[in-house]
Amino acid sequence: MERARCLETIYPELSDKLVVTIMGACAQELYNLGDKDNFFYLQHAMGLASSIGLGLAKALPDEKVVVLDGDGSVLMNLGTLTTLARYRPKNLVHIIFDNGSLLSTGGFSSHTTSGVTDLALIAKGAGVEHVRTVKTPYQFGEAVIDAFERDDLSVIVAKVRAVGPDHYGMDVQLAENAFRFKRYIKQKKRAANAS
Amino acid sequence: MAVSYENSKLVFEGIKAAGIRSLSALPETWLIHLLQRAEDDPEVELIEVAKEEEAIGIAAGAYFAGEPHALLMQNHGFLAGINGIVSLAQLYHIPLCMLIAFRGHWGEPYPWHTRGGIITEEVLRALGIPFEYARDPEKVAKQIKEAYTFSQSSLSPVALLLTRDLMED
Repeated sequence: MERARCLETIYPELSDKLVVTIMGACAQELYNLGDKDNFFYLQHAMGLASSIGLGLAKALPDEKVVVLDGDGSVLMNLGTLTTLARYRPKNLVHIIFDNGSLLSTGGFSSHTTSGVTDLALIAKGAGVEHVRTVKTPYQFGEAVIDAFERDDLSVIVAKVRAVGPDHYGMDVQLAENAFRFKRYIKQKKRAANAS
Repeated sequence: MAVSYENSKLVFEGIKAAGIRSLSALPETWLIHLLQRAEDDPEVELIEVAKEEEAIGIAAGAYFAGEPHALLMQNHGFLAGINGIVSLAQLYHIPLCMLIAFRGHWGEPYPWHTRGGIITEEVLRALGIPFEYARDPEKVAKQIKEAYTFSQSSLSPVALLLTRDLMED
Protein backbone atom coordinates (compact mmCIF):
# COMPACT_ATOMS: atom_id res chain seq x y z
CA MET A 1 0.00 0.00 0.00
CA GLU A 2 1.21 3.49 -0.80
CA ARG A 3 0.66 6.52 1.39
CA ALA A 4 -0.14 8.73 -1.62
CA ARG A 5 -2.97 6.37 -2.54
CA CYS A 6 -4.29 6.39 1.06
CA LEU A 7 -4.26 10.18 1.09
CA GLU A 8 -6.08 10.27 -2.23
CA THR A 9 -8.77 7.97 -0.81
CA ILE A 10 -9.53 10.21 2.17
CA TYR A 11 -8.81 13.59 0.56
CA PRO A 12 -12.47 14.42 -0.20
CA GLU A 13 -13.29 13.78 3.47
CA LEU A 14 -10.69 16.26 4.71
CA SER A 15 -12.30 19.43 3.39
CA ASP A 16 -14.26 20.20 6.57
CA LYS A 17 -11.68 19.00 9.10
CA LEU A 18 -8.57 20.49 10.67
CA VAL A 19 -5.62 18.61 9.23
CA VAL A 20 -2.11 18.60 10.67
CA THR A 21 0.48 16.74 8.66
CA ILE A 22 4.11 15.93 9.31
CA MET A 23 6.99 17.05 7.12
CA GLY A 24 8.50 15.67 4.00
CA ALA A 25 6.84 13.12 1.78
CA CYS A 26 3.52 13.12 3.63
CA ALA A 27 3.19 16.93 3.47
CA GLN A 28 4.14 16.98 -0.20
CA GLU A 29 1.72 14.22 -1.16
CA LEU A 30 -1.14 15.97 0.61
CA TYR A 31 -0.18 19.26 -1.02
CA ASN A 32 -0.07 17.61 -4.44
CA LEU A 33 -3.71 16.59 -4.06
CA GLY A 34 -4.64 20.25 -3.60
CA ASP A 35 -3.57 22.74 -0.97
CA LYS A 36 -6.27 23.95 1.42
CA ASP A 37 -6.59 26.60 4.12
CA ASN A 38 -7.49 23.95 6.70
CA PHE A 39 -4.14 22.15 6.26
CA PHE A 40 -1.19 22.80 8.55
CA TYR A 41 2.12 21.40 7.31
CA LEU A 42 4.53 20.83 10.19
CA GLN A 43 7.76 20.97 8.23
CA HIS A 44 10.04 20.43 11.22
CA ALA A 45 9.75 19.75 14.96
CA MET A 46 9.29 16.03 14.35
CA GLY A 47 6.97 14.36 16.83
CA LEU A 48 4.78 17.34 17.61
CA ALA A 49 2.01 16.93 15.01
CA SER A 50 -0.12 14.89 17.41
CA SER A 51 0.53 17.38 20.22
CA ILE A 52 -0.71 20.20 17.98
CA GLY A 53 -3.72 18.00 17.22
CA LEU A 54 -4.38 17.53 20.93
CA GLY A 55 -4.23 21.29 21.57
CA LEU A 56 -6.64 21.91 18.69
CA ALA A 57 -9.01 19.10 19.62
CA LYS A 58 -9.31 20.11 23.28
CA ALA A 59 -9.90 23.76 22.42
CA LEU A 60 -12.35 23.02 19.56
CA PRO A 61 -14.57 20.13 20.65
CA ASP A 62 -16.96 20.67 17.73
CA GLU A 63 -14.26 20.29 15.09
CA LYS A 64 -12.85 17.03 13.80
CA VAL A 65 -9.07 17.06 13.91
CA VAL A 66 -6.98 14.74 11.73
CA VAL A 67 -3.28 14.20 12.35
CA LEU A 68 -1.26 12.62 9.55
CA ASP A 69 1.79 11.25 11.29
CA GLY A 70 4.62 8.84 10.55
CA ASP A 71 6.53 6.13 12.37
CA GLY A 72 9.73 8.18 12.56
CA SER A 73 7.93 11.18 14.02
CA VAL A 74 5.90 9.17 16.52
CA LEU A 75 9.04 7.38 17.68
CA MET A 76 10.51 10.78 18.53
CA ASN A 77 7.64 11.57 20.86
CA LEU A 78 6.20 8.29 22.13
CA GLY A 79 4.96 10.06 25.24
CA THR A 80 2.35 11.77 23.08
CA LEU A 81 0.38 8.52 22.87
CA THR A 82 0.14 8.43 26.66
CA THR A 83 -0.98 12.06 26.80
CA LEU A 84 -3.56 11.46 24.05
CA ALA A 85 -4.86 8.39 25.90
CA ARG A 86 -5.10 10.26 29.19
CA TYR A 87 -7.01 13.25 27.82
CA ARG A 88 -8.84 11.24 25.17
CA PRO A 89 -10.01 13.98 22.82
CA LYS A 90 -13.16 12.54 21.22
CA ASN A 91 -12.68 14.52 18.05
CA LEU A 92 -9.13 13.47 17.17
CA VAL A 93 -8.15 10.91 14.56
CA HIS A 94 -4.47 10.06 14.64
CA ILE A 95 -3.30 8.36 11.45
CA ILE A 96 0.23 6.98 11.57
CA PHE A 97 1.70 6.03 8.19
CA ASP A 98 4.22 3.36 9.09
CA ASN A 99 6.73 2.77 6.32
CA GLY A 100 9.45 1.46 8.65
CA SER A 101 11.73 4.11 7.31
CA LEU A 102 13.04 7.60 7.90
CA LEU A 103 12.29 8.16 4.24
CA SER A 104 12.46 11.94 4.14
CA THR A 105 15.82 12.03 5.91
CA GLY A 106 17.80 9.44 3.98
CA GLY A 107 15.70 6.29 4.01
CA PHE A 108 17.28 4.63 7.02
CA SER A 109 15.26 1.89 8.69
CA SER A 110 13.18 2.92 11.68
CA HIS A 111 12.54 0.72 14.71
CA THR A 112 9.26 -0.47 13.20
CA THR A 113 11.00 -2.18 10.29
CA SER A 114 10.20 -5.90 9.99
CA GLY A 115 7.80 -5.67 12.90
CA VAL A 116 10.46 -5.14 15.58
CA THR A 117 8.37 -2.41 17.17
CA ASP A 118 4.58 -2.40 16.88
CA LEU A 119 3.18 1.12 17.14
CA ALA A 120 -0.40 -0.12 17.38
CA LEU A 121 0.51 -2.20 20.43
CA ILE A 122 2.27 0.79 21.93
CA ALA A 123 -0.84 2.92 21.37
CA LYS A 124 -2.96 0.18 22.96
CA GLY A 125 -0.56 -0.08 25.86
CA ALA A 126 -0.66 3.68 26.26
CA GLY A 127 -4.39 3.33 26.82
CA VAL A 128 -5.95 4.24 23.49
CA GLU A 129 -9.07 2.11 23.10
CA HIS A 130 -9.69 2.36 19.37
CA VAL A 131 -6.56 1.28 17.53
CA ARG A 132 -6.41 -0.42 14.12
CA THR A 133 -3.62 -1.62 11.94
CA VAL A 134 -4.45 -1.62 8.22
CA LYS A 135 -2.56 -3.00 5.26
CA THR A 136 -4.78 -2.45 2.22
CA PRO A 137 -6.33 0.70 0.76
CA TYR A 138 -9.80 -0.76 1.36
CA GLN A 139 -9.07 -1.45 5.04
CA PHE A 140 -7.57 2.02 5.33
CA GLY A 141 -10.61 3.75 3.88
CA GLU A 142 -12.92 1.72 6.09
CA ALA A 143 -10.89 2.41 9.24
CA VAL A 144 -10.78 6.14 8.54
CA ILE A 145 -14.51 6.38 7.87
CA ASP A 146 -15.18 4.47 11.11
CA ALA A 147 -12.87 6.83 12.97
CA PHE A 148 -14.53 9.93 11.47
CA GLU A 149 -17.94 8.65 12.52
CA ARG A 150 -16.79 7.53 15.97
CA ASP A 151 -17.10 10.06 18.75
CA ASP A 152 -13.84 9.01 20.37
CA LEU A 153 -10.08 9.13 19.99
CA SER A 154 -8.89 6.78 17.24
CA VAL A 155 -5.42 5.70 16.20
CA ILE A 156 -4.88 4.06 12.82
CA VAL A 157 -1.53 2.53 11.95
CA ALA A 158 -1.34 2.22 8.16
CA LYS A 159 1.41 -0.01 6.84
CA VAL A 160 2.75 1.63 3.72
CA ARG A 161 5.70 1.21 1.39
CA ALA A 162 8.72 3.44 1.84
CA VAL A 163 8.16 5.55 -1.25
CA GLY A 164 7.60 9.26 -1.62
CA PRO A 165 6.73 11.84 -4.26
CA ASP A 166 8.93 12.28 -7.32
CA HIS A 167 9.49 15.96 -6.59
CA TYR A 168 9.42 18.34 -3.65
CA GLY A 169 8.28 21.93 -3.66
CA MET A 170 5.39 23.76 -2.07
CA ASP A 171 4.36 27.32 -2.72
CA VAL A 172 3.41 28.02 0.88
CA GLN A 173 5.72 29.85 3.27
CA LEU A 174 5.83 28.52 6.82
CA ALA A 175 4.56 31.65 8.55
CA GLU A 176 1.93 32.09 5.83
CA ASN A 177 0.72 28.57 6.54
CA ALA A 178 0.38 29.33 10.26
CA PHE A 179 -1.43 32.65 9.70
CA ARG A 180 -3.74 31.10 7.13
CA PHE A 181 -4.58 28.09 9.30
CA LYS A 182 -5.39 30.32 12.28
CA ARG A 183 -7.53 32.62 10.14
CA TYR A 184 -9.42 29.66 8.69
CA ILE A 185 -10.35 28.50 12.21
CA LYS A 186 -11.31 32.00 13.29
CA GLN A 187 -13.59 32.49 10.30
CA LYS A 188 -15.15 29.07 10.75
CA LYS A 189 -15.87 29.82 14.40
CA ARG A 190 -17.33 33.21 13.46
CA ALA A 191 -19.60 31.63 10.85
CA ALA A 192 -20.71 28.98 13.36
CA ASN A 193 -21.51 31.63 15.97
CA ALA A 194 -23.47 33.72 13.46
CA SER A 195 -25.68 30.83 12.39
CA MET B 1 11.96 25.67 52.65
CA ALA B 2 8.36 25.13 51.63
CA VAL B 3 6.66 26.02 48.39
CA SER B 4 4.67 29.20 48.99
CA TYR B 5 0.98 28.43 49.12
CA GLU B 6 -0.04 32.08 49.19
CA ASN B 7 2.20 33.14 46.31
CA SER B 8 1.18 30.13 44.23
CA LYS B 9 -2.38 31.33 44.71
CA LEU B 10 -1.40 34.80 43.48
CA VAL B 11 0.30 33.32 40.42
CA PHE B 12 -2.78 31.26 39.62
CA GLU B 13 -5.05 34.26 40.08
CA GLY B 14 -2.72 36.19 37.79
CA ILE B 15 -3.01 33.48 35.14
CA LYS B 16 -6.80 33.67 35.29
CA ALA B 17 -6.85 37.47 35.38
CA ALA B 18 -4.73 37.47 32.20
CA GLY B 19 -7.58 35.64 30.49
CA ILE B 20 -5.64 32.38 30.15
CA ARG B 21 -8.07 29.48 29.95
CA SER B 22 -5.87 26.48 29.37
CA LEU B 23 -2.52 25.32 30.65
CA SER B 24 -0.09 22.66 29.61
CA ALA B 25 2.34 21.56 32.25
CA LEU B 26 4.75 19.05 33.56
CA PRO B 27 4.48 18.78 37.33
CA GLU B 28 7.41 20.11 39.33
CA THR B 29 7.79 20.82 43.05
CA TRP B 30 7.51 24.62 42.87
CA LEU B 31 4.38 24.25 40.75
CA ILE B 32 2.44 21.81 42.94
CA HIS B 33 0.03 24.31 44.50
CA LEU B 34 -0.48 26.05 41.19
CA LEU B 35 -1.26 22.81 39.37
CA GLN B 36 -3.56 21.68 42.16
CA ARG B 37 -5.54 24.88 41.76
CA ALA B 38 -5.66 24.41 37.99
CA GLU B 39 -6.90 20.85 38.43
CA ASP B 40 -9.63 21.98 40.83
CA ASP B 41 -10.80 24.93 38.74
CA PRO B 42 -13.48 24.06 36.18
CA GLU B 43 -12.78 27.27 34.26
CA VAL B 44 -9.23 26.21 33.45
CA GLU B 45 -8.31 23.26 31.25
CA LEU B 46 -5.08 21.60 32.39
CA ILE B 47 -3.16 19.17 30.20
CA GLU B 48 -0.26 17.44 31.91
CA VAL B 49 2.33 16.16 29.47
CA ALA B 50 4.82 13.33 29.61
CA LYS B 51 7.65 15.59 28.43
CA GLU B 52 7.75 19.33 27.99
CA GLU B 53 8.29 19.42 24.22
CA GLU B 54 4.75 18.08 23.83
CA ALA B 55 3.48 21.22 25.53
CA ILE B 56 4.97 23.37 22.76
CA GLY B 57 2.78 21.49 20.26
CA ILE B 58 -0.27 21.69 22.49
CA ALA B 59 0.28 25.43 22.95
CA ALA B 60 0.51 25.86 19.18
CA GLY B 61 -2.77 23.98 18.73
CA ALA B 62 -4.47 26.11 21.37
CA TYR B 63 -3.14 29.26 19.70
CA PHE B 64 -4.50 28.23 16.31
CA ALA B 65 -7.82 27.52 18.01
CA GLY B 66 -7.89 31.02 19.50
CA GLU B 67 -7.70 29.79 23.08
CA PRO B 68 -5.52 31.79 25.50
CA HIS B 69 -2.93 29.34 26.75
CA ALA B 70 0.15 29.29 28.97
CA LEU B 71 2.85 26.72 29.62
CA LEU B 72 4.07 25.82 33.10
CA MET B 73 7.37 24.03 33.42
CA GLN B 74 10.68 23.86 35.20
CA ASN B 75 13.73 25.38 33.52
CA HIS B 76 15.02 21.88 32.76
CA GLY B 77 11.74 21.27 30.97
CA PHE B 78 12.33 24.42 28.96
CA LEU B 79 15.72 22.97 28.00
CA ALA B 80 14.00 19.72 26.99
CA GLY B 81 11.57 21.64 24.80
CA ILE B 82 14.05 23.70 22.80
CA ASN B 83 13.65 21.99 19.42
CA GLY B 84 9.90 22.54 19.59
CA ILE B 85 10.40 26.15 20.63
CA VAL B 86 12.80 26.80 17.74
CA SER B 87 11.35 24.64 14.97
CA LEU B 88 7.68 25.09 15.69
CA ALA B 89 7.05 28.27 17.67
CA GLN B 90 9.80 30.51 16.33
CA LEU B 91 9.82 29.07 12.82
CA TYR B 92 6.06 29.57 12.37
CA HIS B 93 5.70 32.76 14.48
CA ILE B 94 3.57 31.13 17.13
CA PRO B 95 3.45 32.86 20.53
CA LEU B 96 4.25 30.97 23.72
CA CYS B 97 3.63 32.34 27.20
CA MET B 98 6.02 30.26 29.31
CA LEU B 99 6.00 30.43 33.09
CA ILE B 100 9.21 28.74 34.14
CA ALA B 101 10.22 27.64 37.63
CA PHE B 102 13.76 29.00 37.82
CA ARG B 103 15.51 26.26 39.77
CA GLY B 104 19.22 25.83 40.30
CA HIS B 105 20.17 29.42 41.00
CA TRP B 106 20.86 31.72 44.00
CA GLY B 107 20.16 29.77 47.18
CA GLU B 108 19.77 26.40 45.44
CA PRO B 109 20.64 23.59 47.88
CA TYR B 110 20.27 20.70 45.43
CA PRO B 111 23.34 19.99 43.27
CA TRP B 112 21.33 18.38 40.45
CA HIS B 113 19.48 21.60 39.65
CA THR B 114 22.53 23.82 39.48
CA ARG B 115 23.89 23.27 35.98
CA GLY B 116 20.54 23.89 34.33
CA GLY B 117 19.97 26.91 36.55
CA ILE B 118 23.31 28.47 35.72
CA ILE B 119 22.82 28.26 31.96
CA THR B 120 19.08 29.06 31.70
CA GLU B 121 19.42 32.81 31.16
CA GLU B 122 22.19 32.41 28.56
CA VAL B 123 20.11 29.87 26.65
CA LEU B 124 17.11 32.20 26.68
CA ARG B 125 19.32 35.01 25.38
CA ALA B 126 20.85 32.77 22.71
CA LEU B 127 17.37 31.86 21.50
CA GLY B 128 16.28 35.50 21.46
CA ILE B 129 13.49 34.81 23.92
CA PRO B 130 12.53 37.88 25.96
CA PHE B 131 12.35 37.12 29.68
CA GLU B 132 11.66 38.74 33.02
CA TYR B 133 12.01 37.66 36.63
CA ALA B 134 8.99 37.30 38.88
CA ARG B 135 10.16 38.00 42.43
CA ASP B 136 7.50 40.19 43.99
CA PRO B 137 4.13 38.59 44.79
CA GLU B 138 2.43 41.95 44.41
CA LYS B 139 3.67 42.34 40.86
CA VAL B 140 3.42 38.81 39.52
CA ALA B 141 -0.16 39.06 38.23
CA LYS B 142 0.76 42.15 36.20
CA GLN B 143 3.88 40.43 34.90
CA ILE B 144 1.91 37.39 33.74
CA LYS B 145 -0.53 39.62 31.88
CA GLU B 146 2.36 41.52 30.31
CA ALA B 147 4.10 38.29 29.32
CA TYR B 148 0.94 37.01 27.65
CA THR B 149 0.28 40.33 25.89
CA PHE B 150 3.85 40.55 24.62
CA SER B 151 3.84 36.95 23.36
CA GLN B 152 0.71 37.70 21.32
CA SER B 153 1.93 40.97 19.86
CA SER B 154 5.44 39.71 19.05
CA LEU B 155 4.25 36.25 17.91
CA SER B 156 7.19 34.94 19.88
CA PRO B 157 7.97 32.78 22.87
CA VAL B 158 8.19 34.85 26.05
CA ALA B 159 9.41 33.58 29.43
CA LEU B 160 8.58 34.68 32.95
CA LEU B 161 11.05 33.12 35.38
CA LEU B 162 9.38 32.24 38.67
CA THR B 163 12.17 32.78 41.18
CA ARG B 164 12.92 31.35 44.62
CA ASP B 165 11.93 34.67 46.24
CA LEU B 166 8.42 34.19 44.86
CA MET B 167 7.96 30.43 45.02
CA GLU B 168 9.40 29.57 48.44
CA ASP B 169 8.42 30.81 51.91
